[in-house]
Amino acid sequence: MNALYARPRSVASLLMAAPLTWLVVVYLGSLALLLVSAFWTYSAATDTIDTTPSLVNFGEIIASSTFRTIALRTMGMAALVTLTTAIIAFPIAYYMARVASHRVRGLLVVAILLPLWASYVVKVYAWRIILSEQGILNWSLEPLGVSGPGYGDVALWLVFTYLWLPYMILPIYAGLERIPTGLLEASSDLGARGRQTFRRIILPLAFPAVVAGSIFTFSLTLGDYIAPSLITSTQFLGNVIFSQLGAAGDLPLAAALGTIPVVLMIIYLLAARRLGAFEAL
Amino acid sequence: MDRRSRTRRAWALLPAIALLATACAGGGATQAPTRVPTTDAPASGPASEGPASQEPASEAPASEAPASEEPASEGPASDEPASVAPSSDGSLPSGMPAEVGEGEGEVRILAWPGYVEDGSTDPEVDWVTEFEGATGCEVSFDVFGTSDEAFNLFKDGDYDVISASGDASGRLYEGGYVAPVNVDLVPNYADVVDALKDQPYNTFGGVHYGIPHGRGANLLMWRTDVVDPAPDSWTAVFDPESPYAGQVTAYDAAIYIADAAVVLMTTQPELGITDPYALDEAQFAAAVDLARQQRPLISEYWSDYTREMASFANQDSVIGTTWQIIVNLLQAEDPPVPVEAIKPVEGSTGWSDTWMVRADAAHPNCAYMWLDYVVSPQTQASIAEWFGEAPANIAACDLTADPEHCDIFHADDDAYWEDVYYWTTPSVECLDGRGPICKGFDEWLNAWTEIKG
Repeated sequence: MNALYARPRSVASLLMAAPLTWLVVVYLGSLALLLVSAFWTYSAATDTIDTTPSLVNFGEIIASSTFRTIALRTMGMAALVTLTTAIIAFPIAYYMARVASHRVRGLLVVAILLPLWASYVVKVYAWRIILSEQGILNWSLEPLGVSGPGYGDVALWLVFTYLWLPYMILPIYAGLERIPTGLLEASSDLGARGRQTFRRIILPLAFPAVVAGSIFTFSLTLGDYIAPSLITSTQFLGNVIFSQLGAAGDLPLAAALGTIPVVLMIIYLLAARRLGAFEAL
Repeated sequence: MDRRSRTRRAWALLPAIALLATACAGGGATQAPTRVPTTDAPASGPASEGPASQEPASEAPASEAPASEEPASEGPASDEPASVAPSSDGSLPSGMPAEVGEGEGEVRILAWPGYVEDGSTDPEVDWVTEFEGATGCEVSFDVFGTSDEAFNLFKDGDYDVISASGDASGRLYEGGYVAPVNVDLVPNYADVVDALKDQPYNTFGGVHYGIPHGRGANLLMWRTDVVDPAPDSWTAVFDPESPYAGQVTAYDAAIYIADAAVVLMTTQPELGITDPYALDEAQFAAAVDLARQQRPLISEYWSDYTREMASFANQDSVIGTTWQIIVNLLQAEDPPVPVEAIKPVEGSTGWSDTWMVRADAAHPNCAYMWLDYVVSPQTQASIAEWFGEAPANIAACDLTADPEHCDIFHADDDAYWEDVYYWTTPSVECLDGRGPICKGFDEWLNAWTEIKG
């Protein structure tokens, strides 16, 4: 004990050993395995995996118009969901951070966090019931002479927007809350109108928070397969990865497909950095 | 400086949110857990004290199972390794036990929903408890929705027994995952109808690899309050002008392409399709085209039968492929969902299932006890009525609650089954003997991904 006491560094490394092992072995290790296995090949005829590195899987993905369409559709959905959640989340976050009283703010935070405590699958199934032909949405729209979207991509867009909204609200809220009131007062003292202050002071300062939120909504949409499989019959990246693993047993092709979201996210993060989103760090 | 540290604190929130995100996603990804019956009644059967007396043959390592030691040829199953064929001196093929020893106290089963019922679905429907009481083999089981799911679960899991349809059994045999079955150790095998014995999906190279379970046809179901007039042909779900566009459903598996091929056998006889699982280039392209043309009509594909039930109950789907058990369950709901189902004029795809034993099963004795129990007349009667299919064991027909059951399901009516095409794994070597010009199952899978878009 005393020996350790004299060596604070040893203590630190001992304490860090377990979480670091977890991070390296479980987190990065599995990611590395994913990348490596993407270069293997699977033979359906013999049901075996050949571990000689090759680019066959990537060639197959690029050559296949189906995979291309699915990748683009997934990306489009992720972008659309990100945009929608940002548009909905910003006013809510702004109200919470700048307008609401302490009490209301607390209630709103709880209201936003509360759905996160419910099981994800329960929420998706709830949406299935809402959106179904005889569901509450069609029932309430009936007097207006219109009907809901039914199951499909539009419905999925609604569900994703609902599911990921808290992940957008919370970072924006945190970002807005930390803008010093002094800056806004100074802006006003110097003659800026409300709109001008918003555009030139608040928005630039809150932008990194929006990007932070968008990283969540974008990546969560890219990777999800349960909501698409329950809400729509069209396929998204997660679904084809699942069917390559589940039905075809083609682990290498699934791994190669799995690298698409990883690559997309890297491009996304680089673009975000170019936009100056990380300069505040 | 102030701004920097503030923003940094804002960013510090992120890991916490990220954790939340992963936690939520992780919870969602959890698949159906293993259902272990809660009956913890002490086994009244022979308790397995001491090591179970096993024949050396049954302890043969999995690697001796046929086909696993050499790449499976693309040819038909005729070029078997000679070692599995029963030799003339009467010795058994490797991996085949000569007798059933004492039970191991446990058996793990992978089955279609409705084949293994322990009263958890419906307290009245239970044939597992009796088996557990009689043999002392505690049953744990999982269910699956498609043969593809079954194949992969069985491949990687530690199940002893599987109820495999023809589009899984061939693959399981080719991969060396199942052991040859000594039918002499399954006394009830004697009562199985002849039409189901020695079929290409349960017997390979003259060696039995399983016990026939029963058979049924995939039916066309519709809501009687919406669909009028009542359909009698599969074209009702393929017609681009269908008034029910957007409310059609179909089975979500590559094997569904065969359903399109069955329709083509009638509508385009010039294609010359004789077996919907043996499709050459032109025939396959036509079937895929038909399935693709159906795509816009589909409300949603189904493989989970509870979801198909919800779909019909809510009118999200009003017409499409079904199993008899789904019809029965929907009609039994309160209030009943108005549905009816038929085998359309073109005939239909269907299933003829086989109980198979894992090559390196941990509980081979209990597995054989299950095999014999599940094809016993009483169990067959219970399953056939619950699931809505024709029992393999003809003696079950005297025991069904509805005395007409076997007539309704044509248990011994060979003419009825003439236009039911049992699910079979498509292979490059045409199943109808035309040579290596057919589309293999991996191409079916790719085409299915492409059809769904």
